[in-house]
Amino acid sequence: MNGPTRTASKHAAKAVEHSLAGRRHRSVTATIFLGYLLFSTFFGLIALTVLLFTIFRDGLPFLDSTLFANGPSAHPALAGARPAIIASIMIAIVLVATTLPIAIATAVYLEEFAQKERFWIRLIELNIQNLAAIPSIIFGILGLAFLVRGLGLGPVLLAGALILGLQMLPTVIIAAREALRAVPDSVRQGGMALGATRLQVVWREVLPAAIPGIATGSILGLSRAIGETAPLLMVGAATFVSFNPELLTQYTVLPIMIYQWIKLPQADFQGLAAAAIIILLAILITMNGFAIWMRNRFERKW
Amino acid sequence: MAANATSSTSGGRPSLTSRGKRTGERIIIGALALCALISILVTVGIVVALLVPSMKFFAEVSPVEFFTTTKWAPLFEPPAFGVLPLITGTLTTTFWACTICLPLGLGTAIYLSDYARPRERAVIKPVLEVLAGIPTVVLGYFALTFLTPLLRSLGWQVEIFNAFSAGMIIGVLLLPTVASLSEDAMKAVPSSLRDGSYGLGANRFQVSTRVVVPAAISGIAASFVLAISRAIGETTIVLIAAGQLAHISFMPGDSIQTMTAFIAATGAGDVPVGSISYKTIFAVGLTLFVITLLLNVVAMRMVRRFREVYE
Repeated sequence: MNGPTRTASKHAAKAVEHSLAGRRHRSVTATIFLGYLLFSTFFGLIALTVLLFTIFRDGLPFLDSTLFANGPSAHPALAGARPAIIASIMIAIVLVATTLPIAIATAVYLEEFAQKERFWIRLIELNIQNLAAIPSIIFGILGLAFLVRGLGLGPVLLAGALILGLQMLPTVIIAAREALRAVPDSVRQGGMALGATRLQVVWREVLPAAIPGIATGSILGLSRAIGETAPLLMVGAATFVSFNPELLTQYTVLPIMIYQWIKLPQADFQGLAAAAIIILLAILITMNGFAIWMRNRFERKW
Repeated sequence: MAANATSSTSGGRPSLTSRGKRTGERIIIGALALCALISILVTVGIVVALLVPSMKFFAEVSPVEFFTTTKWAPLFEPPAFGVLPLITGTLTTTFWACTICLPLGLGTAIYLSDYARPRERAVIKPVLEVLAGIPTVVLGYFALTFLTPLLRSLGWQVEIFNAFSAGMIIGVLLLPTVASLSEDAMKAVPSSLRDGSYGLGANRFQVSTRVVVPAAISGIAASFVLAISRAIGETTIVLIAAGQLAHISFMPGDSIQTMTAFIAATGAGDVPVGSISYKTIFAVGLTLFVITLLLNVVAMRMVRRFREVYE
């Protein structure tokens, strides 16, 4: 409501601050400190630039149609990543179909229905926070113990997808809860004043309003899962797969394919790895870019 | 559900008391609650998956031998089960990661929260988000094929797989995390504190270092602890760039093995179920889980304390 005035006064304060900072004599320590801040900030930017430059320099000569058309091979000239690319896409589809509904349902329950003072609700909340910080390799152990060996599923694509889904769960729950929290209570109260039940309010008013935020968080979580390597090593994704994978067959994904190529001694495989990295980064940056675009385009300010 | 709801509102007098007690809604809300329980099941599953095989492992190998002896060779004959080399390996990479991500992450956070103009922020923040989103396998490639050769060409004879390169690149990975969490903590410092000290004649350097950073210190500390926890748990980068040599060495140029790299390398191989080497995965995993869990709890406590002060 008082947004414009607020920002205006903020700008004014900034302007005063800048002119004050300019006029005051700068001590040597302050200058050194500023140098440290600038160095810190540009370190990340430069690291990213050098990283991308190296990848493109190494990978571009190897980026050709063979990479998309062929399966893995002992000959660098014939090797491709087709089964890995297909498996990565399939895993993304499984994650969208299984993890997202569960994560969103959890977020809706915790934000809209749960009585927050109950101790077991607090337990769930703490648990989700903690799950988000557990090393990914531990999820790999979980998959190895329960899915691959315990259930006897074996090293199949579905097992890998489920493990990535569990790992991704807390990230998406946290993002979805933030999106739901951003919908003001007046929306809920208005709906209920008109006679809607809490479920009707959530389904018809709150969820639609929160969809951009939920979608952004989901895509970011999804892109992290697509780029994940370590837990899949534990559930047997590091195999030689030259056929198109299905849900219950063996598989290998793009990051694992890259990992295996990096490990090979021939220089040409390093180049192939870099080329596959370009594909992976292209997929992830497209997803992230779409998420950021959606956040800016559709997110309502209340 | 939608059809059901419409028919009930259009037919007859609306009864306020019966709302929320309809069985259909109750079932749906119950189903939502069940979804919330899944996250608890995941934690229980992790604990069971780690504890049960670990107990079998510790029935064969005494915990005293596991935690105090200094030779790690579970696949050799005779095997040796001293986890200390893996722990020192983890500490070494974590240390070098911290030399990058803690000071530079904090510097970035201070710059973003108190120095950068809005237009600079609008460029820097998304770039850092991209950096944080780079898959770890890509960073591992970068450590192995760029950083290590660079160190060698500068005249430092590091091994091809070495703790320093891996640690540095983990530091680059975590820099945006530290920056973003610390910046959030500094943004939460009320502007009245800043305005007050500017009003007393302080300059930007003094306001940053004597007011904002001290006021946000618990949030900053929490971001540090979380970064340390993530550095300890990072797997792919160390697996690619730090090597597979389990020995006690703090030399940055040496090849080492971390707890995570051991788990991944052994888990990716064909280990017979039930063998002692299969069980080591879980014993090392349990050790890793307990260490990171403790750090996460510490970090969450710090964040909560810092929230109580300023909300």
